[in-house]
Amino acid sequence: MNTEIAGIVLMLVATILLAIPLGNYIAKVYQNKTTWLDFILNPIDKLFFRISGIKPEREMTWQQHLLALLTINFVWFLFSMLVLMNMGWLPLNPDSNPSMTASLAFNTSVSFISNTNIQHYSGETAVSYLGQLVLMLFQFISAGAGMAVCAVVFNAMKERTTDKLGNFYNYFVKSCTRVLLPLSVVVAIILLFAGTPMTFKGKDQFISMQGDTVNVSRGPVAAMVAIKQLGTNGGGFFGANSSHPFENPNYFTNIIENISILLIPIAMVFAMGTIIKRRKFAWIVFGVMTAGFIIFVVPSVYMEMKGNPAISRLGISQNRGNMEGKEIRFGSAASGYWGISTTVTSNGSVNAMHDSFMPLTGMFTMLGMMINSFYGGVGVGFLNFYVFMIISVFISGLMVGRTPEFLGKKIEAKEMKIATIIALLHTLLILSGTALASHLYAHNPQAYATWLNNPGYHGFSEMLYEYSSASANNGSEFAGLSANTNFWNITGGLIMLLSRFLPIIGPVAIAGILAKKKYVPESAGTLKTDTVTFGIMIFAVIMIVAALSFFPALSLGPISEHFSLN
Amino acid sequence: MKRNTNNRLFEPSLVRDSLKQSFVKLHPAILIHNPVMFTVELGTVVMLFVCIWIMVGEKSQGSLVYNMVVFLILLITLLFANFAEAIAEARGKAQADSLRKTREDTPAKKIFAVGDIYVNEVKLVPSSQLRKGDLFICEAGDIIPMDGEIVEGLATIDESAITGESAPVIRESGGDKSSVTGGTKVLSDRIKVKVTTEPGESFLDKMIALVEGASRQKTPNEIALTILLAGFTIIFVIVCVTLKPFGDFANTPITIAAFISLFVCLIPTTIGGLLSAIGIAGMDRALRANVITKSGKAVETAGDLDTLLLDKTGTITIGNRKATHFWPVKNMDEKNFIEACALASLADETPEGKSIIELSGLTTNSFSTNGAKFIEFTAETRSSGIDLPNGLKIRKGAYDSIRNIITKSGNIFPEETAVRVKQISSNGGTPLVVSQNAQVIGVIELQDIIKPGIYERFERLRKMGVKTVMVTGDNPLTAKYIAEKAGVDDFIAEAKPEDKMNYIKKEQQGGKLVAMMGDGTNDAPALAQADVGVAMNSGTQAAKEAGNMVDLDNDPTKLIEIVEIGKQLLMTRGTLTTFSIANDVAKYFAIVPALFIASIPALKALNIMHLHSPESAILSAVIFNAIIIPLLIPLALRGVAYKPIGASALLRRNLLIYGFGGILLPFLGIKMIDLLVSLWF
Repeated sequence: MNTEIAGIVLMLVATILLAIPLGNYIAKVYQNKTTWLDFILNPIDKLFFRISGIKPEREMTWQQHLLALLTINFVWFLFSMLVLMNMGWLPLNPDSNPSMTASLAFNTSVSFISNTNIQHYSGETAVSYLGQLVLMLFQFISAGAGMAVCAVVFNAMKERTTDKLGNFYNYFVKSCTRVLLPLSVVVAIILLFAGTPMTFKGKDQFISMQGDTVNVSRGPVAAMVAIKQLGTNGGGFFGANSSHPFENPNYFTNIIENISILLIPIAMVFAMGTIIKRRKFAWIVFGVMTAGFIIFVVPSVYMEMKGNPAISRLGISQNRGNMEGKEIRFGSAASGYWGISTTVTSNGSVNAMHDSFMPLTGMFTMLGMMINSFYGGVGVGFLNFYVFMIISVFISGLMVGRTPEFLGKKIEAKEMKIATIIALLHTLLILSGTALASHLYAHNPQAYATWLNNPGYHGFSEMLYEYSSASANNGSEFAGLSANTNFWNITGGLIMLLSRFLPIIGPVAIAGILAKKKYVPESAGTLKTDTVTFGIMIFAVIMIVAALSFFPALSLGPISEHFSLN
Repeated sequence: MKRNTNNRLFEPSLVRDSLKQSFVKLHPAILIHNPVMFTVELGTVVMLFVCIWIMVGEKSQGSLVYNMVVFLILLITLLFANFAEAIAEARGKAQADSLRKTREDTPAKKIFAVGDIYVNEVKLVPSSQLRKGDLFICEAGDIIPMDGEIVEGLATIDESAITGESAPVIRESGGDKSSVTGGTKVLSDRIKVKVTTEPGESFLDKMIALVEGASRQKTPNEIALTILLAGFTIIFVIVCVTLKPFGDFANTPITIAAFISLFVCLIPTTIGGLLSAIGIAGMDRALRANVITKSGKAVETAGDLDTLLLDKTGTITIGNRKATHFWPVKNMDEKNFIEACALASLADETPEGKSIIELSGLTTNSFSTNGAKFIEFTAETRSSGIDLPNGLKIRKGAYDSIRNIITKSGNIFPEETAVRVKQISSNGGTPLVVSQNAQVIGVIELQDIIKPGIYERFERLRKMGVKTVMVTGDNPLTAKYIAEKAGVDDFIAEAKPEDKMNYIKKEQQGGKLVAMMGDGTNDAPALAQADVGVAMNSGTQAAKEAGNMVDLDNDPTKLIEIVEIGKQLLMTRGTLTTFSIANDVAKYFAIVPALFIASIPALKALNIMHLHSPESAILSAVIFNAIIIPLLIPLALRGVAYKPIGASALLRRNLLIYGFGGILLPFLGIKMIDLLVSLWF
């Protein structure tokens, strides 16, 4: 087998093999069982709880969970705005980077608390080390918050009737200290050994062979890279993200980082299986997600390795594939695989320029974000999937002649209403955002000429990608778009806010309402959710409801571009 | 069931009516209740304006003919959907009308407590003047004018007008068989009846209103599905509206006709158009099974049932026990014993008694019974028999009653017989001990006869996930035996009315839905407690009020049919929703290339069906979308066949037929229509 392909297979297999035990471990954490880290971290947790006056054993209803989540997010948002708009004169700024404008600070703050990490700036010139540290803090807490709400839903999916769904702060702190922190330490140390810098010193200087003085940006990079991958954040220290040699020095670190991208989202599925005691169901969910992932990976890697037919026609050999916008040390296959990994998981860190992917690879990265639940972001990916499951259960429940039941709870009008709204929200945000931008551009191309690097199909893809990325809380971009303008900062920010919190509120509400309902034991007439047939049903619902709604838009962007190339 | 032989879906007279109704239902105020079809109507109106716009000189929207055709197809789509609902209603109405005929104004012999001339005067009044609480009299040959309860007398009644069953039934005052239904005919005797319902409020009236659709409320599942379908509609509104700026950006003008066609094809019109027809047809099917439901919800709930409580007698076993064996004591000649048994049963008119004679093989003429004295069965002695002139006193009766006789006269009850009695009981039989002059001479074994085919029916229910519970007054030993033999999952032995109630409550606490069937007044609380309570039409008024369905045939196995009707109703909705959504795949591939192909020729690669031209592609998709509705009307009315093969297998089957088939069929259909349409466009 081709070594490049072998590398991809190795990464996927290693990810799954690591995710299974990690899932069991996460399940233990959320069930408050003892784990081996307790002896160091229990006192620290207790200290946090004592300082903030939290009683971690006080159980909350789903409404209280959401209130806690939204309140702390709002406080973090204010704090972030404060730091980003004042970091110019605050300490830890050796390179004298300026404070952010209000619109950029809004976009950046929303982007980091929503786990999106869209960066309309370049880290090395626009953010001080203090700013980077605050952003890194948000990479922990936004990931931890996503995992915590997911734990609430897991708790609600158990076989019983209750409105008490555990303590939000407990889930949140444990997500950070028991899962994200230890894993980040491990990954950061590996990166350190591979050469990623970790320092608070300012720019380094050297004189090149030509005699020019070169300033090299550095900083506390290793720590940030670890959490940006593990927490599906994606916000890099440098503008070039994981294609920068300091963030991602070699093929080995590329493997480590790519595994980190997929690790926790997959582990959460297995954790769900353990917590609700339905391992087979977890495997079906995992199977559906993986099927979707592989369907996107295979053609993308194929396209990237095959290279661009337009260049081939010029008689230029492309034996390494489509290498535009890619790093030689990773190659086209690993870059294509990363491209899909980072978009299906709402991570958004990049090791190659997505703008330069082949059109159809670009389309698959967009589809990954449009569906946003083939693994999805840490915690929240499962919540998106949960909504599709509710819809699938409803339709297939009717098909077997019974009022639909999901894990022993009847699904009725109220739950369907919420699920339907959440399912169409993503389509609404992406398409209406892109429509607004297209409308403005189409009616006044001169005024908005600076927006797009490329006219035509590719320019359309750039806009569609930007809004898909914002709505999927992904954070990656088609770099051709000049996005640091008030228009993109504000519309993007609003979309990130809506698409972060509504898809959390919806599933938590559904799960909370279902948890309170009477448990109906299974009988021979009950729809089994842990079967391959039901898996196929979910997959079909996702593809037809989520993916196909974008078919007209995609055919004007990447699909047109693809067929025009040939 | 004379009334139900007509199962043709499209009776010409009904079709004519329905066609008219299809136009009436175009009224926006009616259509707004169906959000999917309402949006289609909006699209149709827009197309009408586009046509007018072109007529006054607009050039950018394509030819007038093409736009007219799109407009007409959309209009036809609406009419098809309306027709589906109208024909379902018409069928229901026809069914209801035939029932209503039975309650046309009939003369009633009303009793006036204070009459013109004397007290309790009987006067002839039209039945419409009867009110709840009034008394009337019916004699042989009279049609009973109103639902009521017999307060005095006994009569044989021909209920065939309601049930289709020609054998007359006996109704009498007091007890559980005191209820009479309006429209049935008294064949003999004279009864005094108290009216129990106000005119227009009887079960039949309620049912008629339900199937006619007038008072039909959406059921919970239907509401949830409507929400989902509205959600899909909104998604496609978004898809189509945003396409306008996208087209502007790509310098691709898209005509209004194309927008509206894309939209109408994508929204789930198939299920949207058939949804209410499915609901009405479900209740119509219940009515055809001679079950009157108080609400559509009850039918839907029936599909969800987890537990069925069934009375043993009449449901699981043929009403009566039969003698199956004679067991004489050791020193008794078998032939003499049999003769004694037959003698003791000569005057016994009960089915058990008759079955003893039958088993003995002797005829009543073979005995001379001159001077014999028959001893009737009484509740006190619990035995019956005969005193012959030659001094022989033969008695047969329950074990303890005969033992009383024996021990009272100082004789010993043989051990051998006691063992036999126990053995028969544990085999599900009922022992009748026979004595002759206070000496035990043997035991007659009576057995319950389990209805043929009942085991298979319970097996079918088990596969549906429904647990069956037998309720019987028998002792636990007998009950257990019959329960095993009939294949029920559980039984309540020596059941008192409150036992049923407690069992229902217990099951409901475990989250299960329970159905029961009952007829007696003492069943009423349990009928009310059950999620689906089916009262027999012959039962008391209290029972009928308490339940949410009435079975006109008084057939206890009807519950099984009701469960299947409920399941069919849900399945039909689910499968057609799946089909409708699966159709979208092909429609996307027909319309999307057609939208852009003119300005982006590269996209012709997406035209995988090789449709002739953009216009023909769009028209073919819209035509397919329209004609699929009438093609599926028979399925919507008849319901998707329910197969008790377990939920997973059922899902696999339906997903294959309606999901996978739903993806493939429109590819074929649209291509075929395109071949035709391409002759003109």
